[in-house]
Amino acid sequence: MKRKLEISELIFKIISYTLLTMFALCCLYPFVYAVSAAISGQHAVDYGEVILFPKDIQFEAFARMFNDNMFWNAYANTLFLTVYGTLWAMLVAILGAYALSKKRLLFRTFFNFFLVFTMWFSAGIVPQYLNYLDTKEVFNAIGIMDDKWLVVIAMGMAAMNIILLRNAFEGVPSDIEEAAIVDGATEFQVLTKVYIPMSKSTIATVALFFAISRWNGYFWARQMISNANEHPLQVFIRLKLEEFTDPEFMAGWNEIYSSDSVIYALIVCSIVPILVIYPFIQKYFAKGVNVGGVKE
Amino acid sequence: MKKPMAGDFLVYDKHSNTYRVDPEQAVRDDVEKHYWLNVGRTVLKDWRLYVMLVPMILVFLFWRYFPMYELLRCFKVADQVKPVSEQFFSGFSYFKRLLVGGDSMSTDFWRALRNTFLLSFYGLCFGFPVPVILALFFNEIKSNGLRSVYQVLTYLPKFISTVVMTSLVTMLVKQGSLTTGMGILSQALSSLGVISEEVAYAGLLKNPDFFRAIYQISGIWETAGYDSIVFFAAIIAISPTSYEAAQIDGAGKMAQMRYVVLPSILSTLVIMLITRIGSLLSVGYEKVLLLYDPSTYMTADVVSTFAQRYGMGSASAASNQGIASAAEMMSNVISMLLVIGANTISRKASDVSLY
Repeated sequence: MKRKLEISELIFKIISYTLLTMFALCCLYPFVYAVSAAISGQHAVDYGEVILFPKDIQFEAFARMFNDNMFWNAYANTLFLTVYGTLWAMLVAILGAYALSKKRLLFRTFFNFFLVFTMWFSAGIVPQYLNYLDTKEVFNAIGIMDDKWLVVIAMGMAAMNIILLRNAFEGVPSDIEEAAIVDGATEFQVLTKVYIPMSKSTIATVALFFAISRWNGYFWARQMISNANEHPLQVFIRLKLEEFTDPEFMAGWNEIYSSDSVIYALIVCSIVPILVIYPFIQKYFAKGVNVGGVKE
Repeated sequence: MKKPMAGDFLVYDKHSNTYRVDPEQAVRDDVEKHYWLNVGRTVLKDWRLYVMLVPMILVFLFWRYFPMYELLRCFKVADQVKPVSEQFFSGFSYFKRLLVGGDSMSTDFWRALRNTFLLSFYGLCFGFPVPVILALFFNEIKSNGLRSVYQVLTYLPKFISTVVMTSLVTMLVKQGSLTTGMGILSQALSSLGVISEEVAYAGLLKNPDFFRAIYQISGIWETAGYDSIVFFAAIIAISPTSYEAAQIDGAGKMAQMRYVVLPSILSTLVIMLITRIGSLLSVGYEKVLLLYDPSTYMTADVVSTFAQRYGMGSASAASNQGIASAAEMMSNVISMLLVIGANTISRKASDVSLY
């Protein structure tokens, strides 16, 4: 038997549908607007005539971006940082988390504290900056001239991610490990053949966290990468924004598209790849929150 | 303290009627005497495990702990030539200058500290309830397909990088000029009468009165959907029979909220709240750095950006580096105490420790 909704329940349902729809539209609107503004004509964008749908459609702003070698360069740099940065971080994190997950590890409490303390206390921006400058000198001295490698190796490690991995490894039943050891598996084989396959989803989640933070990384990349050819996409976008909102630069603007359209085109270009892979990674993101929320 | 007695180390031997050394204690004594030898043996036997730890230890040592060593700079006389270990101690002069200096740097520091606290406090007041309310709303939608459409839409802004998000914000509220109109959002707000047209025309990001609102609203826009996952997971775990029982007892929606939903999500609420309180002094400096502007320092400047401005420019003197580090260290120490306190409370309150 279906029960009739009480009046208060009905009201709440209506309110929640209305507000949710409004909030969801607010979340979506800036993206739709960015696309529309990127492909609208100069006058329509500059005088705020574009509200939702594009007007006087042109694709010159996109064409300008696509013909800019620096744009593709920036994209390639971001891919480089994301791929190598994630691989390096995962290598360090998986090995460390595996060792930490073992009860027989001596000074386990100390090593755990060593990690967790970095979550509580950070030295701050200026000491880190000086430290990275020193690192850069050392790297240059041993022949690593690209600042990209400095960003890949020195930055982006997060204690929280290692702890997530450690907790996942601790959850693997020890019987399976013992069986593998009886069959003659070495320590490394136990890790690659037992632990990694058995905590695949946490590993995917953590790799995703690392990859996202690499893809989005801006501040240190801008501070430490001196060569404009090596700038990742985020730095490129910011520099373009600063350039295109400078009134002096804007005074001589004479194109069929607005300067704003270029910025919007850039924004759209940087969002599209994320939107493409978003459906595939969304479930890992939701999982990561639950793993990270509560754990003893 | 209890005095050690013979019986603690010796056992009585009935046959010979004397005391002799407890064999277990002898082993324990041996282990204690050759402690490091035993450690070495264990490590050697299991060396693969310890080799695996090495990269992690090195990464954290080089790029997390060495900067902490650089913090010694806060207590030393500035000297660009010498390494920090050879500089002379100057005591707490930098801290004193920041706290009670009476010059513009000291007022800037206090302003930054106040702004840091206010930004995260307002974030707590306005940003914390929204995800909870969203999760309650999600729960009202019974169709799974429709709900995931809503969820996907609201999580979306979380995936956008800070740079892109701030660029969007900058563009949407940009100022007008002779040849161009103002941003679409300023336009909408001024035509709705929320703000006057002159204010909108001058650019909201150039106006210190609007920085906090922009920061909070864009923050809610960015994270509310994603943060609601945790609460939604707690709400969806409530058994439908609980609602039915309440309904049979004649509970309306408010009563159901009060007596069914609230008790079930209370522990999640408390933990998330405590975590937020623990991070009251850690504001994401990247977002502030990308949104602020010399004209909005009054409300926007936080401790990290203060330190960044004073200590990181290529022209900044060594003494400024010391002062900037000192400023950030003070806020980081307070923030660490807050985190540890929050963690202790959460452990006591709910048996759940966050780390």
